[in-house]
Amino acid sequence: MAAAKTRKKSNVSKEELLGFYREMLLIRRFEEKAGQLYGMGQIGGFCHLYIGQEAIVVGLESNTIEGDQRITSYRDHGHMLACGMDPKGVMAELTGRIGGYSRGKGGSMHMFSNEKKFYGGNGIVGAQVPIGAGLAFANKYRGNNNVSFAYFGDGAANQGQVYETYNMASLWKLPCIFVIENNQYAMGTSLQRASSTPDLYTRGEAFGIPGEAVDGMDVLAVKAAGAKALDHCRAGNGPYILEMNTYRYRGHSMSDPAKYRTREEVQKVREERDPIDHIRDMLLTGKHSTEDDLKAIDKAIKKTVTEAADYAIASPEPELSELWTDIYAEAE
Amino acid sequence: MAINILMPALSPTMEEGNLSKWLVAEGDTVKSGDVMCEIETDKATMEFEAVDEGIIGKIVVPEGSEGVKVNAVIAVLIEEGESVDDVAEPIAASAIVTAAAEPVVAESVSAVVVEQDLPEGTTFKSTTVREAICDAMSEEMRRNPDVFLMGEEVAEYQGAYKISQGMLDEFGEKRVIDTPITEHGFTGLAVGAAFAGLSPIVEFMTWNFAMQAIDQIINSAAKTRYMSGGQMTCPIVFRGANGAAARVGAQHSHDYATWYAQVPGLKVVMPYSASDYKGLMKSAIRDPNPVVVLENEMLYGRSFDVPEIEDYTVPIGKARIWRQGDDVTIVSFGIGMQYALAAADKLAEEGISAEVIDLRSLRPMDTETVVKSVMKTNRCVTVEEGFPVASIGGHISATLMQEAFDYLDAPVINLAGKDVPMPYAANLEKLALVTTEEVISSVKSVTYR
Ligand SMILES: Cc1ncc(C[n+]2csc(CCOP(=O)(O)OP(=O)(O)O)c2C)c(N)n1
Ligand SMILES: [Mg+2]
Repeated sequence: MAAAKTRKKSNVSKEELLGFYREMLLIRRFEEKAGQLYGMGQIGGFCHLYIGQEAIVVGLESNTIEGDQRITSYRDHGHMLACGMDPKGVMAELTGRIGGYSRGKGGSMHMFSNEKKFYGGNGIVGAQVPIGAGLAFANKYRGNNNVSFAYFGDGAANQGQVYETYNMASLWKLPCIFVIENNQYAMGTSLQRASSTPDLYTRGEAFGIPGEAVDGMDVLAVKAAGAKALDHCRAGNGPYILEMNTYRYRGHSMSDPAKYRTREEVQKVREERDPIDHIRDMLLTGKHSTEDDLKAIDKAIKKTVTEAADYAIASPEPELSELWTDIYAEAE
Repeated sequence: MAINILMPALSPTMEEGNLSKWLVAEGDTVKSGDVMCEIETDKATMEFEAVDEGIIGKIVVPEGSEGVKVNAVIAVLIEEGESVDDVAEPIAASAIVTAAAEPVVAESVSAVVVEQDLPEGTTFKSTTVREAICDAMSEEMRRNPDVFLMGEEVAEYQGAYKISQGMLDEFGEKRVIDTPITEHGFTGLAVGAAFAGLSPIVEFMTWNFAMQAIDQIINSAAKTRYMSGGQMTCPIVFRGANGAAARVGAQHSHDYATWYAQVPGLKVVMPYSASDYKGLMKSAIRDPNPVVVLENEMLYGRSFDVPEIEDYTVPIGKARIWRQGDDVTIVSFGIGMQYALAAADKLAEEGISAEVIDLRSLRPMDTETVVKSVMKTNRCVTVEEGFPVASIGGHISATLMQEAFDYLDAPVINLAGKDVPMPYAANLEKLALVTTEEVISSVKSVTYR
């Protein structure tokens, strides 16, 4: 049961590399656009960007099957795009318009999709973790083969309910993958200043949950680790912990003065570990693609994102009567 | 194609800012992620990064400019081979349809008609609510070495809302303590420290997150004095931002006024002005009981006159009459006072004289002052931002029924937030909150105008 660090890579085809490149780039460009729209006052409130962490959701989603569920925190745009939700609907929720996934009522932190089995978008640090286990409980209850992904941050890893959940998930052998997105900071607090032990993937040991540290900037490593964890869960062995070592390039939210780290620290990660550059290099050096091929992809993605932004601004605000709808479900 | 770089909004509440410094010059090439300039908001100085690649063609707003409106063109980015002159008119920022945040609350203009009982010759200093809270905590920490502050981001980050700015420097890490994100844990821990005789101040980044910790606040802090037959003491302050801010959605906008006001063993204050923040916070820290201080983010940057009196305190449990009047009593507290005072100003113009009472404390509540006032005006409107069911206003109405029934000339109207989770959309959020117009029309209704 000893937790082990692995950095194994899978054999990948050109198509797969291109797929990863496209999906990660879509998230990056989408988030840059969201940042821009926030600056223009089109998006209000809190807006937490996923830039830098793209490889995690893209790598993990590449192994999922129909019916698998996912839930995460407020830093949720990347998860939604990676599970196939429509960029237009996500962006229109960011601008608070009727065309958004929550009809403008949820905002950046609170979006959902029944169709894609995306359960939010939770604004309360740690609260998504037991809910994620509950989704897994339903899978086990129904006897289907599905697995639920509960994503949370390094800061959230200190919430008590995480450990209550670990115990139950292991006790009842729930098919749940706990994905710790360790981006090194919880707001302005570094992991070292908040955690008595730095290796978050080992924190399931006391409950008998295997854990693994993964290079979360390497989409291939993420995919390989995810495959192993999914096998473990689908075989009925209970939960699994994946600690993704990653980095957030931008501030915690839009209003973060970011005095807790140096510009050099951020720049170094961007230059040396960027998940998109990594795949880009593989595509070019492996002679899978030419610069022109990739330029064409960049252009297509830019277009998708621009269309999403245009839609998000053109979509009207909700009717005022919407204030009073959706509070209760009607009995069937 | 040239791209206009616009003054960004860098926080949910920002409408303008200062462009303190340009880190790039005209002719410089920038790529996504490069810091272009430093912008000062009401909360912090932030670096503004480039999103697009290009060459800085023109700097439109020079460094050192103050009060630059969000969305104003601050520079123009051009492509290689382009010149700014190619750009006939800077692409208008007006091309952007702004649904941008209009201020959720209007500036209060209401003059304080009624002064508090202050010594003759008292001078005042304009102070923000943010500074008043920081001053109160710092003064008490200087006075009593057993007082300490703990919470998320209170120390090195200087407070998520910059309330504890400078306190780590002054008091050191023993007394200004950053906690992990573990509200239930650190709240219980602080209660234990209080049982052992220390005087903790626990900051919740916002009260929404105290729902993780509410068991320790109520079951441990509030009830132990009674359960121990008077042996145990729990001198602790729980404080932080409460209620709606601006477009932060349902999970971050809850007003807990009535939740805590219901609990015997707790004291609860919800101030409006900076002087009351200061005076009540100091009283709360000195109180031998657990005190809940419900602050408001929208008020943090607002300035009020604070008496320049050494050791200024305000007693917990006393309402304040802000404005005397004869026709109607408007009762409010916290940010609700904003609407109450603005409405009173407008009503005065129409010849309706409103008495405005700020409860300040919700537990114990000074209903005596309210009853006395209603005996004079015979009409009452209550104003709060929280939900309407089982509200503070409902409790005031019940009290008036019992103690001033024969004096009422109209049913009391309770204004509250709408009975829905807080929506994100700008137009719906506005509709969900109490407005000055609602106060005015309610007053007209109870005065039959
Ligand atoms: C219960 C609770 N406490 C505090 C907050 C305020 N808050 C929002 S995000 C955050 C930091 C979380 O950091 P982490 O879990 O590492 O996730 P990241 O933001 O890095 O993705 C804090 C303290 C909250 N939303 N909920
Ligand atoms: Mg983090």
